[in-house]
Amino acid sequence: MAYLTTHPDVVPIVSSRFGKGATSIDKYLELDGYKATRKAIEMGSDAIIAEMKASNLRGRGGAGFPTGMKWSFVPKKSDKPKYILVNGDESEPATCKDRLIFEHDPHSVIEGVIIAGLAVGAKMGFIYLRGEYRYLLNIMERAIDDAYAKGFLGKNIFGSGIDFEAVSHTGAGAYEVGEESALMESLEGKRGIPRIRPPFPAVVGLYGGPTVINNAETLATVPYIIQMGGAEYAKIGTERNGGTRLFCLSGHLEKPGVYELPMGYNLKKMIYDVGGGIPGGKKLKAVVPGGSSTPVLRPDEIDIGMDFDQVGKAGSMLGSGGVVVLDETVCMVEFALRTMKFYQHESCGWCIPCREGTDWLTKSLTRLHAGGAVDKDIDNIRYLAENMLGRTFCPLGDAAAMPTIAFVQKFRKEFEDHLDGKGCPYHHSPAHEAVLA
Amino acid sequence: MATEKKTMFSPQLAARFDKLVTLYPLRRSALIPMLLYAQDEVGYLSDEVIAEVAARIGIQESDVLSVLSYYSMLRTKPAGKFNVQVCTNICCMLRGGNELFEHCSKRLGIGHKGVTPDGVFSLEEVECIGACSWAPAAQINYDFHENLTPESMDKVLDEYREKAGK
Repeated sequence: MAYLTTHPDVVPIVSSRFGKGATSIDKYLELDGYKATRKAIEMGSDAIIAEMKASNLRGRGGAGFPTGMKWSFVPKKSDKPKYILVNGDESEPATCKDRLIFEHDPHSVIEGVIIAGLAVGAKMGFIYLRGEYRYLLNIMERAIDDAYAKGFLGKNIFGSGIDFEAVSHTGAGAYEVGEESALMESLEGKRGIPRIRPPFPAVVGLYGGPTVINNAETLATVPYIIQMGGAEYAKIGTERNGGTRLFCLSGHLEKPGVYELPMGYNLKKMIYDVGGGIPGGKKLKAVVPGGSSTPVLRPDEIDIGMDFDQVGKAGSMLGSGGVVVLDETVCMVEFALRTMKFYQHESCGWCIPCREGTDWLTKSLTRLHAGGAVDKDIDNIRYLAENMLGRTFCPLGDAAAMPTIAFVQKFRKEFEDHLDGKGCPYHHSPAHEAVLA
Repeated sequence: MATEKKTMFSPQLAARFDKLVTLYPLRRSALIPMLLYAQDEVGYLSDEVIAEVAARIGIQESDVLSVLSYYSMLRTKPAGKFNVQVCTNICCMLRGGNELFEHCSKRLGIGHKGVTPDGVFSLEEVECIGACSWAPAAQINYDFHENLTPESMDKVLDEYREKAGK
């Protein structure tokens, strides 16, 4: 049901088996499936990690941490078993890419898990999917069963003498669980509240053992890198930003969709060419470049390459690859408020700056949007958000604060237009008022 | 284990649960999937469900309650046979998610977390369901419906009403 959209600039790597029936293991084998795992078994741990480092692959979940380096942090010797954990909790608003991978190419995820296991010496991997993705869990379960039946999982995989187990797992609705330490708590059957770090998961993770946690797209990319070689993969992207990624274009676009484009692809081109521009000849007001937690960009800030470093330099983040396009009709205060309502709903409540901060910001933005605020309140909103930054156990607090600060900073005039009883100058259908109430 | 003899779940689900607890290094890891699958079969997490799940995992019922209250998909009250979950998060909002939710609310005559008197439908305003590039979107139980308009939503709801045999 979820599908990839095509465009001449698309470079299919992680999506190269999409729409080809690769959920069937026989079809997957026909399409060179499991060759990467066989190759990785021959290569051994050090060579796999070297290849990953050469690829310049950076985590596709949002933080953009170099994958090869992450794997190299896992201690070689450990008294406790090591684990691989796939983060398929995809919940960052504007992000709908891992869905395509599970739907079209589940075996690439399994291969990624096994190869990560070979690299760090883990013998077991867990594939965690958000609860809403039940149809994908069914696809994933079947793929795992098929891999066991072929001897690709279980005892003595591919006759190598190495054992590897894989288990798929469902969540039950929680954004916070996409945070790596909360993800481990959830997989251990607990409330998804974050753990304090250090120790980092690479040292003390799941069930107390060293754990590699990677986003589903990151791991699904691994077999393709092993097959084509790290250096080749790195060539496709920009400096320190290897390869391609799945960009999810949404909002006010003629052709929203998920597209696989090289890292560093120009954002303006992504909107006006790939995404087909803005419907109805309307003007662009703003772009959220990497999921709801990333600071908004103004139209004069979008002539940039979409890689972690260039978007960072522009004052935002590449994040999870969710590009949201807002036309001139959007009320930025309403957009800020809806974003905050989400974080307030999803805050786990474990630490105070996030629990109280998201609640107060929701209340303040609601009041401001309705016209009940004075000029000082705009500064208070920003001050409150700034005081959440870096003061929470996990990045959810930052994820709520960062976009809020940017909305106030870059669209202050719109906030001011709501003040002193004036209320929202934009036309809202009654449905918006009902949802905001 | 006593629950193998006496269970409130179907034999298939009971067998699935027997296997589920063996898949993980710690039995407790099976808790959240078990609650969700039990809810799928029973409709909600009743006291009886909670008691049996607690016994199967080997933890206190209060512990189960503490965990289940964290997860937004788990519920302790029945929903409709078809739970209509309309996303109003940012990407859906920009493309008519709020209007879609209001349309469903009027059409079904219920608000957020309401259940129709005949028990066929319930309605929920939900956060991002991962359909951002195909917005606005809704999930009915686990099925995704995307690129919706009030008109196409009506057709979808009609189909489900037919399925319910009304």
